[in-house]
Amino acid sequence: MEKKDIFNSVKHLYSRAAFGISYPNLKNLSKKNISKVVDGLFKSSLKIDDLKSVDENEIRQQMALQATLGAKKELTQEEKDQRQEITRLQNERSRTLNIDWLMRMINTSAPLREKVTLFWHGHFACRSNNPMFAQQLNNIQRQHSLGSFRTLLVEVSKSPAMLQYLNNQQNRKGRPNENFARELMELFTLGIGNYTEQDIKESARSFTGWTYDKNGQFQLRPAFHDEGNKTFFGKTGNFDGESIIDMILENPKTATFISRKLYTFFVHEIPNEVHVKELADYFYAQKYDISAVLRKMFTSDWFYAATNVGTKIKSPAEFLVNLSREFFVTYNKPQVLIQLQSSLGQYLFNPPNVAGWPGGKSWIDSSSLMLRMKIPSMVLNDGQIDFSGKADPEDEAVIALNKPANAKPKPKSYVDAQSNWTKFLTGLPKDIKPLELAKFLLQPTLNQKIIDMVANNQGLKSTAIEVTSLPEYQLC
Amino acid sequence: MKRRDFLRNSALGAAGTIFVPAFMKPFEALALDELSLYKNLVVIQLSGGNDGLNTVVPFGNDIYYQKRKNIAIKPEDVMKLNDMQGLNPNLSALREIYDQGWMTIINDVGYPNPDRSHFRSMDIWQTGSDSNQFLSTGWIGRYLDSNCETCNFPYTAIEVDDSLSLALKGGTKKGIALKDPATLFRNTNEAFFKQMVNQSKDHLDENNLGYLYKTMIETSSSANYIQQTSKVYESKATYPNTGFSNQLKTVSKFISSGLKTKVYYVSLSGFDTHVNQIQQQGNLLKQYAEGISAFLKDLKAHNKLEDTLVITFSEFGRRVEQNASNGTDHGTANNMFLFGGKLNKQGIYNEAPNLVNLDNGDLKYQVDFREVYGTILDKWLDVNNQKILNKRFQTMDFI
Repeated sequence: MEKKDIFNSVKHLYSRAAFGISYPNLKNLSKKNISKVVDGLFKSSLKIDDLKSVDENEIRQQMALQATLGAKKELTQEEKDQRQEITRLQNERSRTLNIDWLMRMINTSAPLREKVTLFWHGHFACRSNNPMFAQQLNNIQRQHSLGSFRTLLVEVSKSPAMLQYLNNQQNRKGRPNENFARELMELFTLGIGNYTEQDIKESARSFTGWTYDKNGQFQLRPAFHDEGNKTFFGKTGNFDGESIIDMILENPKTATFISRKLYTFFVHEIPNEVHVKELADYFYAQKYDISAVLRKMFTSDWFYAATNVGTKIKSPAEFLVNLSREFFVTYNKPQVLIQLQSSLGQYLFNPPNVAGWPGGKSWIDSSSLMLRMKIPSMVLNDGQIDFSGKADPEDEAVIALNKPANAKPKPKSYVDAQSNWTKFLTGLPKDIKPLELAKFLLQPTLNQKIIDMVANNQGLKSTAIEVTSLPEYQLC
Repeated sequence: MKRRDFLRNSALGAAGTIFVPAFMKPFEALALDELSLYKNLVVIQLSGGNDGLNTVVPFGNDIYYQKRKNIAIKPEDVMKLNDMQGLNPNLSALREIYDQGWMTIINDVGYPNPDRSHFRSMDIWQTGSDSNQFLSTGWIGRYLDSNCETCNFPYTAIEVDDSLSLALKGGTKKGIALKDPATLFRNTNEAFFKQMVNQSKDHLDENNLGYLYKTMIETSSSANYIQQTSKVYESKATYPNTGFSNQLKTVSKFISSGLKTKVYYVSLSGFDTHVNQIQQQGNLLKQYAEGISAFLKDLKAHNKLEDTLVITFSEFGRRVEQNASNGTDHGTANNMFLFGGKLNKQGIYNEAPNLVNLDNGDLKYQVDFREVYGTILDKWLDVNNQKILNKRFQTMDFI
């Protein structure tokens, strides 16, 4: 590869497999060949650092208290207040967890691991009001993000967050709840059309008794578990949950389904089925080793093809993390990040449903695009935002309690952030021209109008703000 | 004008419309009689799950009083509509509306295998999906996608809010969210933004960059159009000073100024009344009723009531039996309200909820909400509901 090509390839790799790259780092890596750069990316993400935002002891105490209160027939006013206070605290912890993860993505030195965690976060989409459960699931997705898909799948299936979300707590011998079994096959592994309704009914029985205890640990409750024979994918036996998962993984359609989803996340929103098959065959042969399939993807020539560069719409999380990483942004009131996520349509830990965020063009409508184009000037230039966002339906109960009869519109809020311009600017070559800066900050090829616009610019700072406010900056 | 000049002018006019992209077409290009037949739909979402049984109270049914010892509305307080049902006293502003024949109540609207999660159920209502189906487009969004005669402007659907609900997101087309036309106008007319809009004709292809530019240009042209059209209009009507009423006032301004928008979307939240329901729900219902009443009278004064259909829904109703905290928990089927000057069947549309034959303590639905959507699509928006709802739903006769 030529020098310029390497430069652009590294930039592309980091915009997809990480959250962008700093200029000095890009310059440095451009001296290597691309497979070495990919190696380095994996190496930097070897370390697994759990999120420890939520204090598990605190939540366990609250859960114990909730259980006691829940068992009572009548509650005193004090007890009612207690219960409300727990809800309030848990909502607060959940928001902190959200911000801590976003901050982690902004500051991490293991960007590949966090990026792939973000992928699994959307794949195994789940909501939990319990911040400890939400954190556990997020850590499972991080721990196994680059490991074995089987382990990841089993651990996710056993996590209290998912058991609760997909009603497996109600899945008992004699009265099975099929919700988990259905989503396991439809959304997590095989995709629709590769199993029958009967397969769902039978496998649901295998997951009966999969539950969690009062400490938030997985527990198989034998009394609720159906020990009878089940007929699944044409075989009959007393299959337990893990056997069902293994039988699902034996079907190469699972490798195809996951590979296609990885492709649409990392390469192009419209999958090229030839490339998907290449990945799927390899994924299956490598026994569902996630690192192996990703490495194959990032070292394939087609990954760097012009049609795949600068053509993907950044998710709101990618957009916010990218911008914040790029310009070393600190948020004085990090709560604003929740508001921004919500207004942009991707409130982490709160996917619209178990199918996750649909992504692609669905991120963009008139209001979200206007906001995206305004955020850079607000974040980089101490601007103002007059979006108030929508209430989250789960917050309705809180609103219901606190809303005065004649609620006035919410006051205007401020992003209140600072970027470290000195650090950003000193990272750039001394003689860099505005046009080169624009080419560095944007992934798509620049058209003549933008080239002309930037050519007239004097300052680098104003160029950076302009360029990040363009529709082109929405793409990676 | 000489006949020859007229012909030449109209030939030029016709040529002009061919080269102007659809989203930039000014509404002046439309025939006048098209304007006078213009029908609007206003969708009002009550978020959080409004308790339908304390909204339209089945005061004629003893079971209601048995199940709701602390929170039932006393018979003497109910605004009676017939022997069985009446309105919550906080809805008193609707009495006049009801008596004018501008209101229809449909009882027990729901769907099979109801979901009691706010999110999921709201998703189902907004997308018009089955309860085990995940759609990423909303029912109004798919109406926009269908490219029908009544829906081909980028401002065909407007949500009066900061962000756009799933209901208004289609696969290729989406509604516009705006709280205040002047603000959007200001934002899209900032120098830098304008420069981008003006330089962008060469991006309008089908890829993502083209889509971004197209959205940007449409937003800009819609913002201009909405602001220019609506700013000339000043409403004389007085509205209560609440956020909800302000939203409706904005909608009324748009409708009365002749904006070529078909669907408006407005929401009021806070209905998740697990605790101390009476006061909380009462406050909200009062805001709702006073806002609606002012809105409908305003439309009437501008001769727009006959062209407007207002519907109100919530993601679910609440359990028949109250809980221990003088509130109610998540339930299933719920009533829907319709308002307008051209209702076919005014008053109470169907039988009151059956409080005996329950599904796990919850009301069973009589009407699938997609039959209501289907009726509106077929009879009000003039588009075959099968195209939008993915299967054919039978229509009802409220319009």
